[in-house]
Amino acid sequence: MSYPADFKYTKEHEWIKPDGGTATIGITTYAQDSLGDIVFVELPKPGTELSAGKTFGSVESVKAVSDLYAPASGTVTEVNADLNTHPEKINKDAHGSWMVKIKLKDAGELNSLLSAADYEKFVAEEGGH
Amino acid sequence: MSPVETTPAVRKTALNVAHRQLGAKMVDFNGWDMPVEYSGIIAEHVAVRTGVGIFDVSHMGDIRVAGPQALAAIQHISINDASRLAMGQAQYSAMLYPQGTFVDDIIVHRLGEHEYLIVINAGTREKDFKWVRDNMRQFDCVVENLSDDFTQIAIQGPRGVDVVQKLTDADLAAVKFYWVTRGTICGLKDILIARTGYTGEDGFEIYIPSDEATSARVWNEVLEAGKEFGVLPCGLGARNTLRLESKLPLYGHEISDTINVWEAGLDRFCKMEKPDFIGHEALKNDKAAGLKRMLVGLEMVDRGIARDGYRILNSSGEQVGYVTSGSYAPFLKKNIALAYVPPELAAVGTEVLVEIRNQGVKARVVPTPFYKRPKKS
Repeated sequence: MSYPADFKYTKEHEWIKPDGGTATIGITTYAQDSLGDIVFVELPKPGTELSAGKTFGSVESVKAVSDLYAPASGTVTEVNADLNTHPEKINKDAHGSWMVKIKLKDAGELNSLLSAADYEKFVAEEGGH
Repeated sequence: MSPVETTPAVRKTALNVAHRQLGAKMVDFNGWDMPVEYSGIIAEHVAVRTGVGIFDVSHMGDIRVAGPQALAAIQHISINDASRLAMGQAQYSAMLYPQGTFVDDIIVHRLGEHEYLIVINAGTREKDFKWVRDNMRQFDCVVENLSDDFTQIAIQGPRGVDVVQKLTDADLAAVKFYWVTRGTICGLKDILIARTGYTGEDGFEIYIPSDEATSARVWNEVLEAGKEFGVLPCGLGARNTLRLESKLPLYGHEISDTINVWEAGLDRFCKMEKPDFIGHEALKNDKAAGLKRMLVGLEMVDRGIARDGYRILNSSGEQVGYVTSGSYAPFLKKNIALAYVPPELAAVGTEVLVEIRNQGVKARVVPTPFYKRPKKS
């Protein structure tokens, strides 16, 4: 698995790609692989306030329900509605299938998140191999 | 003082290594280390509906009952009428507590004049064996726990018959659904081959010796024979969605020690005209008292997936029932569930709410089974 170096990662397996004062959020390849076939996503509406570390939606595979945790605080500006009808796209390309775009409240919050290298190390330990 | 922690050892079937070699995702299922999926639940599910899939179901238990009073003993502990079984025939049945609730659901196979094989669930193996043994003491028969003697492989789907026929000299065309035969399979003599399963499809379950080498060899030969039919190894994930689409009950979900036969809607397997069986009296009284809840099929109307244990609400937001099993249905491509609701909400077409993350999400009662396999032309 390769994790883009310009993304930051959470221990709950979300990625966030900052771009100036805004950022794009999704779940990692590791997350989609552990979930299995994804069949449902529930995402917030534009305008929703996210706060770092709090749930902002959920993703469900055939087998399991998993909460989504905001990697950073901010206001939702855009939602990838395509995932409502094609949630399986997350399995095919997790790092390309963004879920929400937000206007960052405090770009400094991102400093506490994991780098690609740290995240890779983290999932290697969590996966036990 | 602190209580002594006892961690029960995780149990493995003889095919554990084979599953890992195939890259299966493994999970703890009732204390068993079992494959939940290999290539993906949806692909595995669809393979069984349209072609063939194979499952390791060795964690299921097997109890042999034999002797002059074997039939009487079976009749005493089960709700279906085993006296109707011809030699080589099998039937779905259940064992009840005196209060009419479930010990487990079972399949009873008549193997000989006075010989039966009861197949039981993995999670209830020890409880079931003890129940059978204790309640058959008064009968002239032997009760043996053969659970560890067999590796049980299920070959399921419309092409299952083609796969198994390649590996056996037994004439499978002569074996009807819910009948068994014996034959040589993969060079092993006198193997029990049952046309049974838990997927809602045609299929077979074969009972081979449980040593690791034999088990892995047969498993691989079945996979090889199935290649031309697109066979996939299938895990417990697909097994669950397949049985849910077909409304086959699962112990601990649709049936349990607090649910009775009438509530579960298993009336057609319960032969009250039998003079007696454990639970008979209670069921008679339950029937007279009327039903307080019924098992129904739900299809989600609004976006959302009902999951096991979610609450069913009425239009005022009060809890009136609960979901026993719920999932995305990979073949029907719908979100479906089984749930217990009061009789007044059980009619097809009734709308109820399923509580999903503190929201009442609309669902509708639909006819069951959700999926019924097409009749052979």
